Amino acid sequence: MWALKDKYAIVGTGYTDYSKNSGTTVLNLATEACLNAANDAGLPPEEIDGLVSFQFNDSVPATSVAAAMGIPAARYAVDIAGGGNAANLVILSAIAAIEAGLAKHVLCYRAMNGRSGFRLGGGRAMQAHGITQFTAPFGWITYPQAMAMWCRRHMIKYGTTTDQLGAIAVTFRDNAVLNPRAMQRQPITLDDYRAARPIVDPFRMLDICLESDGACAVLVTSAARAKDLRHKPVYVMGGAYGGGANQGDDLFDCLRWADHSENYAAYIADDLWAGAGVGPEDVDVAEIYDCFTYSVVAQLEGLGFCRPGEGPDFVQGGRIARDGALPLNTHGGLLSEAYIHGLNHVVEAVDQLRGDAGARQIPEAEIALTTAGAMTCGSALVLRR
Amino acid sequence: MYNKPLPVPDADTKPFWNGCREGRLLVQCCTACGARRLPPERFCPHCHSADSTWQPVSGRGRIYSWIVVRHPVPDDVYGGDVPYVVALIDLAEGVRIASNLVACDVDAVTADMLVEVVFEAVTETVTLPKFRPV
Repeated sequence: MWALKDKYAIVGTGYTDYSKNSGTTVLNLATEACLNAANDAGLPPEEIDGLVSFQFNDSVPATSVAAAMGIPAARYAVDIAGGGNAANLVILSAIAAIEAGLAKHVLCYRAMNGRSGFRLGGGRAMQAHGITQFTAPFGWITYPQAMAMWCRRHMIKYGTTTDQLGAIAVTFRDNAVLNPRAMQRQPITLDDYRAARPIVDPFRMLDICLESDGACAVLVTSAARAKDLRHKPVYVMGGAYGGGANQGDDLFDCLRWADHSENYAAYIADDLWAGAGVGPEDVDVAEIYDCFTYSVVAQLEGLGFCRPGEGPDFVQGGRIARDGALPLNTHGGLLSEAYIHGLNHVVEAVDQLRGDAGARQIPEAEIALTTAGAMTCGSALVLRR
Repeated sequence: MYNKPLPVPDADTKPFWNGCREGRLLVQCCTACGARRLPPERFCPHCHSADSTWQPVSGRGRIYSWIVVRHPVPDDVYGGDVPYVVALIDLAEGVRIASNLVACDVDAVTADMLVEVVFEAVTETVTLPKFRPV
């Protein structure tokens, strides 16, 4: 279990414009976000000595970004093969590297032309290898098609309705309206949600996240070093990764998953809260991985904000709005800010804890939760100012 | 010409696909501990034995969960098929399989619906196991 409470900190964040067509290369996006994160921290890029990223063959290696940044000595450069599940794992990996003495200042980034370039789940692989032999030949191919299967099981077991999910889409959009970074800033209503085009039952268009070109980055260092840098450090209270015995390759490798009404979150909750020394009731703001509306429900339940089956009720009545008891996805999330694969949730959590979130600031936010992942595996962090 | 994704059988999965071509739904079974497993793999995740056999199963099961695909991806491949149902089916013998539900109104699917396998030869070499209501 996590044993480094408050010993590491996020000291800088950086990002590019989030768009449908960046007009530039993924390497340029990654380098821009990483340079911005170093500048934000007030750290000369030459002092960066580690980089960690995650990707699905849709990005550039950490070593390439190190070279583009002119880093003289990259001592730790790791590319995790993973999706949203890894968006908090990269930070845990950075911390592990620093703790081991491999590096001192480690950038974690995610960069992709996810709309104009390589669109996840839209591939045309007509040969189904490995696990996809048992999924793709049946036209079960895209991310929305994968997650809709889990959502349906929650509906079967607990009577969850699409209207209940709609509250998540509407709330997150309401937050994005106030976020200059957000790609979708037009308010929506529950009626808009109901009228959205059906994509794959039970999901409509507004249950599904954006596709984005862009990059973001966060800079991690020790708490001791953090004190010398520009901003008040955002400390990592706790973190966890997992998903139990049947993680497989996450996306479609779920035939052996016992109960699709719950996801990875149920498996990491105990480690996460015990390591951080706090519980769900202590969280002031949470940025929950929202590749789909439904994935928020499964994580709230799994992490203990409510009991299994209560998530759809939990998100009603303004509880997750900015002035509610548990403000969620104050940037608009993957649904309305951008799909930078969950690392943008960490950027937002840092904004909130520094008090830099402008019109969408949650007053006196002291403890934030970020999560990453939606299916068989995932990661989460508890952060504090 | 058939233009949808086709399974590429490998060392572990070849018996499964050969079985389908012969009109038999086969499930891998651990010789050491008796656990059935799907998808196929060399080592039993329960006892790590590399010894297994292939056993025919009834082909009957229940709908565990399902989706209705309405927006085709890619549209030139699935445009003519939507709406179609993909389901997770719990076979009577205790393993779960993903497949299409055919011969069924897409809006009439229900949880625990009883289904049975039907074999659909989609090319000269590949036969897919699909399911229909019993």
